[in-house]
Amino acid sequence: MSKPTEVTDNNWDTEVLKADQPVLVDFWAPWCGPCRMVAPIVDELATEYDGKVKFLKLNTDDNVQTASRYGVRSIPTLMMFKGGEAVDHVIGFRPKSQLKQAIDKVLA
Amino acid sequence: MTETREFDVVIIGGGPAGLAAGLYAARGRHKTLLIEKGVIGGQIALTEIVENYPGIPQVNGFDLAQTMLQQAESYGMEAEYTTVTGIEQTDRKWTTHTEAGDFLSKALIITAGADYNRLGVPGEDRLIGKGVSYCATCDAAFFKDMPVAIVGGGDAAMDEGIFTSRYVSKATVVHRRDELRASAILQERAFANPKMDFQWNTVVDEVNGTDQVESLSLSDVNTGEKSELPVSAVFIFIGNHPNSDFIGDLVPRDNGGHIIVDEWMKTPKPGLFAAGDIRQNSARQVASSVGDGVTAAIAADHYITDKFHDEMALQHADPAAKAEAPAS
Repeated sequence: MSKPTEVTDNNWDTEVLKADQPVLVDFWAPWCGPCRMVAPIVDELATEYDGKVKFLKLNTDDNVQTASRYGVRSIPTLMMFKGGEAVDHVIGFRPKSQLKQAIDKVLA
Repeated sequence: MTETREFDVVIIGGGPAGLAAGLYAARGRHKTLLIEKGVIGGQIALTEIVENYPGIPQVNGFDLAQTMLQQAESYGMEAEYTTVTGIEQTDRKWTTHTEAGDFLSKALIITAGADYNRLGVPGEDRLIGKGVSYCATCDAAFFKDMPVAIVGGGDAAMDEGIFTSRYVSKATVVHRRDELRASAILQERAFANPKMDFQWNTVVDEVNGTDQVESLSLSDVNTGEKSELPVSAVFIFIGNHPNSDFIGDLVPRDNGGHIIVDEWMKTPKPGLFAAGDIRQNSARQVASSVGDGVTAAIAADHYITDKFHDEMALQHADPAAKAEAPAS
């Protein structure tokens, strides 16, 4: 069982940009209803893709710098990174099957 | 494809109508499945505060929906998170086709609700998530001290406009008429809100911006005069449309796509019910949807008891089923 860990403005570069695996970041905030709904799905995905994709969560209230750096203006946003670049993103609540498709596309 | 699973009652849609139907069906000892494609609660999951549900002075919409879900699940209702692709009458039962397989049921209750309308203007689709939003409670906080626009004049527009005013520097309501449709109490609050301001008789022609929303192109519906409103975000609340496309021609729908039912939420097809925002003439409130869902579940219970007493008798002959039956 693997669970997404919290990433912040401070450790963003080491955790995300310099990661040797593809990274999925869940941009969320405590007051956002759909974010609370996405969270358990992201937890399941973290287990299913354990070893293939690194799963992180970024609280947009506490880490305004990173959220605005990537132009996140709507949450939940799930953003995929590969080799330090943002390669894809999904905005809003989506069913698990659609999220898997998005991840598989990045892994392919 | 996975095998077909069988239930007494299948409910399509996990908003207040579906959750209420699920509670009643499960308490009626029917094996009940609720199918939800997105977020439990549907439209209310995005509502910051529900304050017109009798008996509960104030509650967060998402929390209210979660409570309803847990309440129904505590009586045995199951939930499946997947998208319905079609429904079909099979012999005297109903088959619900989904991305996660097929579900067979004696009664089928459609509570698939409604989805927000889009403006359908240039720039809108391209800038979704970059300032174009249909959920102020999700996104308003990203526009702290910035000017935003609210499009619409109904309850949702006022609710969300009032919510955004906690964060933004100014919320301009752009409305195509010269008066609001919103309920009186919300109008009073909106007019009294120092951050809210109103642009009457105005429609949005285009959402402008390269990477983020920068402005709206507006025109006056009476004079045709064009203007530009600089904003960092636009929150759109211009009504909604029922999620009934998957029904096709199976049962009659009105011009707006709402399913036509009788006072027991029955469609002309035996065993098929529709409740909540998806039905014609819904009052589109949490409380009325809950009432609809309850009515549909009771009608479904009568229908099953009447039409399937042969199968019910078999179930009750099963000692395992009997052991679970409530003492009376």
